[in-house]
Amino acid sequence: MSAPDATPELLAAVTPAEKRPAQWIVTIREAWRMGRTKAGVIIFVAIVALALLGPLFAPDSPTSFVGAPFAGPSAKAWLGTDYIGHDVLSRVLWGGRTVIGLALAATVIGLLLGVGLGMISGYARRWVDETVMRILDIVLAFPSIVLALLFVSIVGPKLWLIVLMVGISHAPRIARVTRAATVEIAQRDFIKSAEALGVARRKILAFEILPNITSPLLVEFGLRLTYSIGLIAGLSFLGFGLQQPAADWGLMINENRIGITVQPWPVAVPVILIGILTIGTNLVADGLGRALIGIERDTGGT
Amino acid sequence: MSEQMNATASERAAVSADVVLSVSDLRIVLDPSGIDIDDDVTLAIHAGEVLGLVGESASGKTTAATSLLAHQRRGARIAGGKITIEGTDILSASHAALRHIRGGLISYVPQDASAALNPALRIGTQLLEILEAHSFGASKAEREARLSEMMAEVLLPSERAFLRRYPHQLSGGQQQRVAIAMALANRPKVIVFDEPTTALDVTTQAHVLTTIRALTHSYGVSALYVTHDLAVVANLADRIAVMYAGRLVEIGPKEELFAGAFHPYTRKLLAAIPDISGTHALRGIPGWAPRPGQRVPGCAFTPRCDMAIERCAGEYPPYEGSGPDHQVRCWRWEEVRAQAPSHDVLLAQRVASDSAEAEVIGVRDVIAYYQRKETLHGISASLREHRCLALVGESGSGKTTLARCIAGLHPFKIEGDIELRGKALERDARSRSVAERQAIQYIFQSPYSSLNPRKTIRQILSQPLRVFFDLSKNEMEDRAARVLEQVALDSSLMGRYPDQLSGGERQRIAIARALAAEPAVLICDEVTSWLDVSVQAAIIELLVKLQHEVGVCMLFVTHNLALIHSISQEVAVMNEGVIVEYGPVAEVLGDPKAEYTRKLLADTPTI
Repeated sequence: MSAPDATPELLAAVTPAEKRPAQWIVTIREAWRMGRTKAGVIIFVAIVALALLGPLFAPDSPTSFVGAPFAGPSAKAWLGTDYIGHDVLSRVLWGGRTVIGLALAATVIGLLLGVGLGMISGYARRWVDETVMRILDIVLAFPSIVLALLFVSIVGPKLWLIVLMVGISHAPRIARVTRAATVEIAQRDFIKSAEALGVARRKILAFEILPNITSPLLVEFGLRLTYSIGLIAGLSFLGFGLQQPAADWGLMINENRIGITVQPWPVAVPVILIGILTIGTNLVADGLGRALIGIERDTGGT
Repeated sequence: MSEQMNATASERAAVSADVVLSVSDLRIVLDPSGIDIDDDVTLAIHAGEVLGLVGESASGKTTAATSLLAHQRRGARIAGGKITIEGTDILSASHAALRHIRGGLISYVPQDASAALNPALRIGTQLLEILEAHSFGASKAEREARLSEMMAEVLLPSERAFLRRYPHQLSGGQQQRVAIAMALANRPKVIVFDEPTTALDVTTQAHVLTTIRALTHSYGVSALYVTHDLAVVANLADRIAVMYAGRLVEIGPKEELFAGAFHPYTRKLLAAIPDISGTHALRGIPGWAPRPGQRVPGCAFTPRCDMAIERCAGEYPPYEGSGPDHQVRCWRWEEVRAQAPSHDVLLAQRVASDSAEAEVIGVRDVIAYYQRKETLHGISASLREHRCLALVGESGSGKTTLARCIAGLHPFKIEGDIELRGKALERDARSRSVAERQAIQYIFQSPYSSLNPRKTIRQILSQPLRVFFDLSKNEMEDRAARVLEQVALDSSLMGRYPDQLSGGERQRIAIARALAAEPAVLICDEVTSWLDVSVQAAIIELLVKLQHEVGVCMLFVTHNLALIHSISQEVAVMNEGVIVEYGPVAEVLGDPKAEYTRKLLADTPTI
């Protein structure tokens, strides 16, 4: 009988890759080729290193008194002293950990919540989608800082609560991005194929959809981290973060602002460091975002 | 046959004095890599002639066609050659001159008219704009007169109410006619049609083709008609140029090409075209056309050619042929010419037509809804053991809805019963039993969407194996390798990702995934509509082979009537949510009872 030729079609002229890096790693590689990403990473790493390793080099304890309040820079205290005579340099070196640590924790919480809700509503559609998104709209209607203040004023200035509230305030935006990406993937036929096989919904979410949306989530993570830093520092400034005498950049700005004309350093240095840190994370997020669009443009042919 | 050839040759000689457009040694490369998209393209179009430019995807046909307007898509550059229209050198023309040439001397009709028309402007305004841009006529009145004339030429109403419509208020066919009217506006010498009917239904396509034919004949406009579908140009073109991998491999009068082409590729392409009369079997071409940058130095068809000799891979053959009007580029063209075209018997029709076969799937008075709207109005059909039922219809006929209802993928309300071996099925695949889900496997239209891009072929194939069978890792690997073999793929592809495979290979993977479940029923939803004809033929061959060897029963959903003979024994014709005709293929296509079937048959282009 004239069976069709069993000749295998020619192999594609590409190098066979046994293991392919995850989508988000490809995005990182692509982003790394851009100057802005490199600059952002250098800034971020430098500030994080300063915050983490700073305490090792601090000349004094952040809580010991080294001189008169609001004394200017001297050989003994390079950046002078603060409103009750602590060494500003030592407090700066000690005070970065909380901002960065809390911001990271809050962003991770926001990401977990947002990705979970976003994927469920993007995949389930119909009333689940409507319900989840409308509830998130209500959360979105409150400015994040107001939302955080509301709860902090009820429960008190607990660090875990601040982290949780900042995370919750991020969740709706992350959920929206996740939902949009999920909807796009969920309508592809390989999802229907898995459904026709009867693969469990949670497995479809975890193994079919999630690996296809990691790049936009990565970009969102970078962006939300930037906002977290600002929010956490802002809450500390308002007195809802660490309490005196702990060293914290946000807190330092608050406690020393009355003496800004006499001794600007205890305010200026934390402000500049927070500013540079957010510029760094923003540059990275921007690089990732551009890489994401670039990758989509290259492979989104069909 | 020789008489016929002589007659056409002399006819050609009569018009060949009058070359309107000529292209010589055209070379188009990608910037900055310098990889060639097109090379060595030489052709001429005579006055009033329609030249069909045929090629599969990535053959460079559209790139070559748009270069006739001295236009290149981003990243491509015309690196050499000469294009003249009525003595005007297009490639050296200034920007200002080009503005007059485009739309004046030569114009362009795009594939997707809905994207080419400005959605914010009324069509009358857009058409007048073209005339104004080229300073047509002396006054507004003259231009408006020309406007009504144009509308009449493309068989559209020219009353004010119609001209005041926006593009979205027109049907796809009307939009395409407006685009043709725009191209005609300033009475150009040549019109380039870039697959203008690909996005249209057969009925609409037939209307647009009639319009184009009438226009070129009555106004003496020459045309270059670009298409991937030889059947479309079979009735339209005077001569046909065949492109493969960026080169023109053969150009000649239509009759000569269809009767006995000189190039092996042209011959194979013709054999791969489904024939509505079912007189010849579909033969696929193994492999696929190389993309720019993957081509061998010699003839790019060498790897897929069964007549290839050593010389083919290293040296590109020159233009040769029986005369200036029929040129071919093949070292062995004279031997090809001497071969008689082969005709195989259709495999699908060899399946014994015994209607007593047991029913596998029974569809009983099914009414389906899309949201709250009823889209299927009482459908009954049955799929029998070892048989294939073709479900034919235009877009919106409800054929895919029915297929999805059977597979349990229809997300809205269904009334009536769908039975698997006499037992009623739940609406949703998830509510069905494991055995029921296993029995019915669905192959999707687009292999670009049906395979998860983040999974290897191994992972894709093991998904059904994991769900339906309790296998060890080694057993799983063996089974996966076996289904790959069934779809004629090598097991070395196992570690690859879908985007490292060609469209045809991807569709084979999708078929392999369905086979891995060892189903009783395969539902094929337009499985070839995203593929090139040569690959389509190979996939059809594969499905027919599986029907024979595995004995699986099939529902083959398609919009292409021409495919039915090659694959199925029974056919159901659907229109607007009802089956209008249902029966054995030979009966339905040979002696259609329903008016709709007759119209569909008449509108389907044939060779």
